[in-house]
Amino acid sequence: MEPVIRVHSKTVVISSSNIDTDQIIPARFLTTTTKEGLGRQLFADWRYHADGSPNPHFVLNRPESHGAQILVAGRNFGCGSSREHAPWALLDFGFRAVISTEIADIFTGNSLKNGLLPIVVDAATSAWLLEHPGADVDIDLESKRLTLPTGVSVSFPLDAFARHCLLNGIDELGYLRSKTADIERYEAARTW
Amino acid sequence: MRTLFDKVWAAHVVVAETPDTPAVLYIDLHLIHEVTSPQAFSVLKGLGLPVRRPDRTLATMDHSTPTSSDQVFGGVPIKVDAAAKQVRQLEQNAAEFGVELFGMRDARRGIVHVISPELGCTQPGMTIVCGDSHTSTHGAFGALAFGIGTTEVGHVFATQSLLQRKPKTFAVNVEGRLRAGVSAKDLILAVIGKIGVSGGTGYVLEYRGSAIRALSMDERMTVCNMSIEAGARAGMIAPDETTFAYLKGRPRAPQGKDWDLAVARWRTLVSDPGATFDASVDIDASALEPMITYGTNPGMVVAIGANIPTKTGDAVFDKALHYMGFHGGEAMLGKRVDVVFIGSCTNGRLEDLQAAAQILKGRKVAPSVHLLIVPGSQEIKRAAEAAGYADIFKAAGADWRESGCSMCLGMNGDTVPAGQYAISTSNRNFEGRQGVGARTLLVSPFTAAASAVQGRITDPRGML
Ligand code: SF4
Repeated sequence: MEPVIRVHSKTVVISSSNIDTDQIIPARFLTTTTKEGLGRQLFADWRYHADGSPNPHFVLNRPESHGAQILVAGRNFGCGSSREHAPWALLDFGFRAVISTEIADIFTGNSLKNGLLPIVVDAATSAWLLEHPGADVDIDLESKRLTLPTGVSVSFPLDAFARHCLLNGIDELGYLRSKTADIERYEAARTW
Repeated sequence: MRTLFDKVWAAHVVVAETPDTPAVLYIDLHLIHEVTSPQAFSVLKGLGLPVRRPDRTLATMDHSTPTSSDQVFGGVPIKVDAAAKQVRQLEQNAAEFGVELFGMRDARRGIVHVISPELGCTQPGMTIVCGDSHTSTHGAFGALAFGIGTTEVGHVFATQSLLQRKPKTFAVNVEGRLRAGVSAKDLILAVIGKIGVSGGTGYVLEYRGSAIRALSMDERMTVCNMSIEAGARAGMIAPDETTFAYLKGRPRAPQGKDWDLAVARWRTLVSDPGATFDASVDIDASALEPMITYGTNPGMVVAIGANIPTKTGDAVFDKALHYMGFHGGEAMLGKRVDVVFIGSCTNGRLEDLQAAAQILKGRKVAPSVHLLIVPGSQEIKRAAEAAGYADIFKAAGADWRESGCSMCLGMNGDTVPAGQYAISTSNRNFEGRQGVGARTLLVSPFTAAASAVQGRITDPRGML
């Protein structure tokens, strides 16, 4: 995995709360057997009309969203299904971070394992971001700080191990496999 | 003084958690299906690794499989091409890695969360994972069971372990007795309505109290199944005589002397008196009514006789009602119904079908309604046919299918047409979940069957 140290980008705002993974990528696209190319189907039912043409009003189809790497969303982002296709689709589209006041558990784990940053911020910071789409935001993993263009800077929580893996481009499976001797000992000691 | 969760967690810690590193947690049972496993098998192939414990791994196909008999058994090709490819891919992967697979025509096939308990694979005190958020279902047996992503599926394949931070605990205390016509589905919808769709985030729920003890295993599975709809990755119920009676004699449950040893161990899997939880909520079961959702997440739920709430200045609420074609203040009873789906890992078990049969017996489905009834497994299909439920369904005009996830999620050919109202016993009423533009209302099997007969949202208590 490529190390992730910093994301600096303008934002795209989708202010809905409880954006579930069926919205991020609808189930009918889960018949794929690879991870690639899912960006095309990101938010498909909001992004395209029934005939497949793009909905020009949806924020991701607007020219000002082009190139944005940070998605700002309402509370409880990523709830619902455990599909890892959700972070795969967000990453494939070009996002590197999602900011909300609350992010669902399974989505958080899935995102961190793929280098997509789930950033949880306080209500005031979130409100500011929701009101200022396109704002230039800096996310620094080293200092665990998010800085707004106003100069206001807040810290965000991030699991120490996940941060270490992201900063150093470490694949968690490699770490887990380094514990094989412990796993063997555990298996041997189990009496039930 | 430890909780049920603490005991199961502690028994599976391979390497303890530190501030800098998560715990390495051992996984007893890894369930896999066709949708979330292919990319994980690819990782193994890339690294040249085997599945570490094929004996602790069980595969089935349920999400993208068709439910029409001609496609399952009749040699008619699977209509959705990509789904057919996914099914073949799982067959190849299972063969290559030596994983036991209940394939398309296997008599033991079904929805992953239905067949594992049915076979006795799901047992108290186990850690169980699956690349599927409704893995929480297995918590009904006092197992610690939770959904994982595909990267983690690869971790379990390779190491039979996962890196995990210990979650917090949440006691859901339910006292009293459910009244006639009020089911386990109504209970869990009420819990979600009370704590909210993110109220359980970061927690493992433990359902406790006299109302929970009185539930059958089918009902307990319905409750635990929807824990994730409150944001909790897992929900647990302490095993008791009901649990042991359910498991005894099942093909993969311990037998003979092993059974006695297992039961003795399982009896210790209760929260100690005085054990403390990080959060709690109290619910009075005897005050509950049949519940129905009116919006686009399971927390947007009211008693069936109630009106849709009104809120001003809440854009998200307005958007949800707009999607549903509803207005604040309207009554739920009497609203039009187009499609009724009875099935899924929430309500596709035998007792659910029995409830539907109780209502449908001697009655007809309204001519304007398509009623689809899909058993959770082939075993349940056979049992429902033997009990005469299937004949009741067919006589009523229902469409009776082979097992699978079916209309719970629109990826196998069973979908709700855009704009139509689907009364569903499944677990998610998200926008588009049952098909593009589909409008889902989540209910119990009683309410679904009653509404199918009337062609309108109906309180089932008048029809029991
Ligand atoms: S029935 Fe629905 S919720 Fe259950 S496993 Fe299948 S798709 Fe998931």
